Amino acid sequence: MSWEPVIGLEIHVHLKTRTKMFCRCEVAYFDPPNTHTCPVCLAYPGALPVPNRQAIEWTILLGHALGCSIRERAIFHRKNYFYPDNPKGYQISQYDEPLCVEGAVTVPRPDGDTVVGIERAHLEEDAAKTIHVGGAEGRIHGADRSLVDFNRAGTPLVEIVTKPDIRSPEDAKRFLQLLRQTVVELGISDAEMEKGSLRFDVNVSVRPAGSDELRTRSELKNMNSFNFAAKGIEREVRRQVEIWESSGEVVQETLHFDPGNESAPPLRTKEEAQDYRYFPEPDLVPLEPEREVVERLRGELPESPAARIRRLEAEVGFSLAEGLVTSGRDELSSRIPGERAAVANVVMNELAALALDPQAVNADELGKVIERRGEIPRAAFDEALAASASPGFSAERYLAEAAIADVDELDPVIDRILGANEQQVADYRGGKEGLLGFFVGQVMKDTGGKANPKVVNDRLREKLRG
Amino acid sequence: MIDTLRLTAEEAAGLVSRGEVTGAELHRAYLDVIAERDPELHAYLCTVDEPDGEGVPIALKDVISTRGVETTAASKILSGYRPVFDATVAARCKDAGLPLLGKTNLDEFAMGSSTENSAYGPTLNPWDPTRVPGGSSGGSTAAVAAGLAPWALGSDTGGSIKQPAALCGVVGLRPTYGTVSRYGIVAFASSLDQVGPIAKNVRDCALLHRIIAGRDPRDSTTVELPEPIELPEAEDLKGLRIGVPKELNEAEGIEPGVSDAVNRTIELARALGADVGECRLPRSVEFGLPCYYLIAPSEASSNLARYDGVRFGHRAGGDGDVRLMYDRTRREGFGDEPKRRIMLGSYALSAGYYEAYYGQAQKVRTVIREEHDAAFEQFDVLVSPTSPTVAFELGARTANPLAMYAADLLTIPSNMAGLPGLSMPCGLSDGLPVGFQLIGRQFSENVLFRAGNALERALAFDYVPERLK
Repeated sequence: MSWEPVIGLEIHVHLKTRTKMFCRCEVAYFDPPNTHTCPVCLAYPGALPVPNRQAIEWTILLGHALGCSIRERAIFHRKNYFYPDNPKGYQISQYDEPLCVEGAVTVPRPDGDTVVGIERAHLEEDAAKTIHVGGAEGRIHGADRSLVDFNRAGTPLVEIVTKPDIRSPEDAKRFLQLLRQTVVELGISDAEMEKGSLRFDVNVSVRPAGSDELRTRSELKNMNSFNFAAKGIEREVRRQVEIWESSGEVVQETLHFDPGNESAPPLRTKEEAQDYRYFPEPDLVPLEPEREVVERLRGELPESPAARIRRLEAEVGFSLAEGLVTSGRDELSSRIPGERAAVANVVMNELAALALDPQAVNADELGKVIERRGEIPRAAFDEALAASASPGFSAERYLAEAAIADVDELDPVIDRILGANEQQVADYRGGKEGLLGFFVGQVMKDTGGKANPKVVNDRLREKLRG
Repeated sequence: MIDTLRLTAEEAAGLVSRGEVTGAELHRAYLDVIAERDPELHAYLCTVDEPDGEGVPIALKDVISTRGVETTAASKILSGYRPVFDATVAARCKDAGLPLLGKTNLDEFAMGSSTENSAYGPTLNPWDPTRVPGGSSGGSTAAVAAGLAPWALGSDTGGSIKQPAALCGVVGLRPTYGTVSRYGIVAFASSLDQVGPIAKNVRDCALLHRIIAGRDPRDSTTVELPEPIELPEAEDLKGLRIGVPKELNEAEGIEPGVSDAVNRTIELARALGADVGECRLPRSVEFGLPCYYLIAPSEASSNLARYDGVRFGHRAGGDGDVRLMYDRTRREGFGDEPKRRIMLGSYALSAGYYEAYYGQAQKVRTVIREEHDAAFEQFDVLVSPTSPTVAFELGARTANPLAMYAADLLTIPSNMAGLPGLSMPCGLSDGLPVGFQLIGRQFSENVLFRAGNALERALAFDYVPERLK
């Protein structure tokens, strides 16, 4: 029997509003602990929440981007639980009447689009940060002291829940990349995993391919990168398939990964269902966004990353198109004149490694350099890329450094290197053609990077043929 | 010599504005009477020596946050807590120049109808110190009745202003929900809590309400008043249509002496020109109390979760992790009534019970609102006794929570509908005051004040307790 994975995602995105969700404390996660607090976010008796208008508008904007319908009336609920990170004893969240519902996101793949349904996107407040000291593995149980930083308490978070529509670890990663790029382009979040402004949990189950049943799922938490998530999902899918195939039964459990150690096996817990005693937050009135605002925000949506991938695919192929768009480099690539795939390659590889400000890159001049890449020394090419965002950058200076293309000058160098590396030469001739790069590197080193790469390649191949 | 037993706030303001006394002298005069009489009555949890304003001083129920002045909600769990901010109503009193006299006693977290649930001991009724002042704002109403404050603020969730006002022979207004800010009020049941004025007469109530009412940007549930609060001048009730809801006036447990005083007042209203007729509120009275005791404890169970010993108030000592500290702090810090309501509320909200209890109670609340709306199509004001009984004896109901809850039978239905209600004394029964409840449409406080003022003049009730004369 063949099996198919059934994957759903829950993503938390920090909104980068200037102030918190329900009070006017500044949002500043990395300032000294407890320097951005007030009676509201410390839950002093009698303090009341007042919603942040910007956060509500941004959630609506995101809802539009996810193809959701924006409800005319949304309700904030209290989610009740005791924990030191939760000063009120409840989190203000949304429950059965969230702001954004029933969306759909198109995810381009090499072999055609897939559509991921969006169950909901709602607005809530984040908890404080806690550190437990003196107990086992930083857990609250048995700790001597628990330290709390309330700077994060009450900061705005959007939670996005997908339908279990994702069918492979790669698609899960694709969806997450698109979502991250979307919120970054909307300007509503930094969406940086390492700073915690984007977090996600994954629900995974498997079923016989083609069936529509939903089997017991497990929940994967604390994964620190999209690649790691894809690997984690793959392993969990394999494990569940093995269990079903050996007539076992998958039990519902949570896999807590160690974000600091990817190779550590996840800790498995069987969570007892928590009763959060949800009820409508009586300190807030229902959220009824004005229709003009909802429509104005719809009009502010930029072209989606998915649409741009499809547009670029025709020029540079799927893989480069996806890479450019999900890394936010497609705008730069499109500004640089020249053969599209060659430009895209440079933007995705050499240029990406340099971490330049894309806005500052002089695209026209850089285009000239890329166009004549094969005729200039490698070193000059690298220097040109590094300087391309500096004021006054001009291609001319780098193009003037003609590479050594003279065979009479290069042949002695090549001969000497082949002579000094007899073993590698034998290996190459024995089939290890990957060693070509090694010889090219040696020649470049010897010539101080000034050799014409194309000529070196041609000559090496010829001589190695023997 | 200032006779604080008789002096109304309006008269006191006149003395100050005419320069006959200074605000500081007035403040001192009240502190002197407090020093003399409060050791017996225990209306105050603390007093403030230095006046912070030049106007008529005021006492605030101890659920109202006062910057730098201990605010306990009469709970051990908040002992020693000094807020870093003023509740909006406290700030508005300050801005109006009303110096703070002190903080008054209450049932812990405003949960109760006798002020016996205070962790700091009960308040006694100035009319008869063997009896309760009512509650939960019993400290504020006793203080006003005994001349220990010209006026005071209370808070009312199920009847906590109206019922003690009735039992102490003073006037109290529970305002329309959403007209007075709850910012800085120690929350009991957020969808019902409302702060309101307590005074010796209706005009003082109106004066004080004018100071505290109106939208507050810090409380999203407040609205602008549709019309300003006016000082009532009316001496008759011509053109006023008064409805007498049968179920509120004939409920089981209403004492004959209470009925008599209320019926005489209704006849007086007719004589003053009111158009009086009967109406019905059957479902409101039958279901009001049980639904209230689902909704209020549910919200309370959540509102009281923040008292964990971490950031303010009492923290229990001992070893172990933070969760053990929570357990001990809450076990030591809360009295029986908050514990009872936290348990009731947690149960009513829990999975599998929510729909049958909290959810159902909210639906019934809509029915109650509609029933009142229908009555107000025919009438401008509905009247009834405020409390089925006069002040009962200390300890008489403490062993029986249900008997205690029944004290709010007549005040709860209109509270559930978010409507304003005024309680004013209308006579004595066995030498104890009887409260007359006037219920109005949303935002109709001016109507209640006008009607109350006309009745008050005609009734000429002497608000000074006989034993203090």
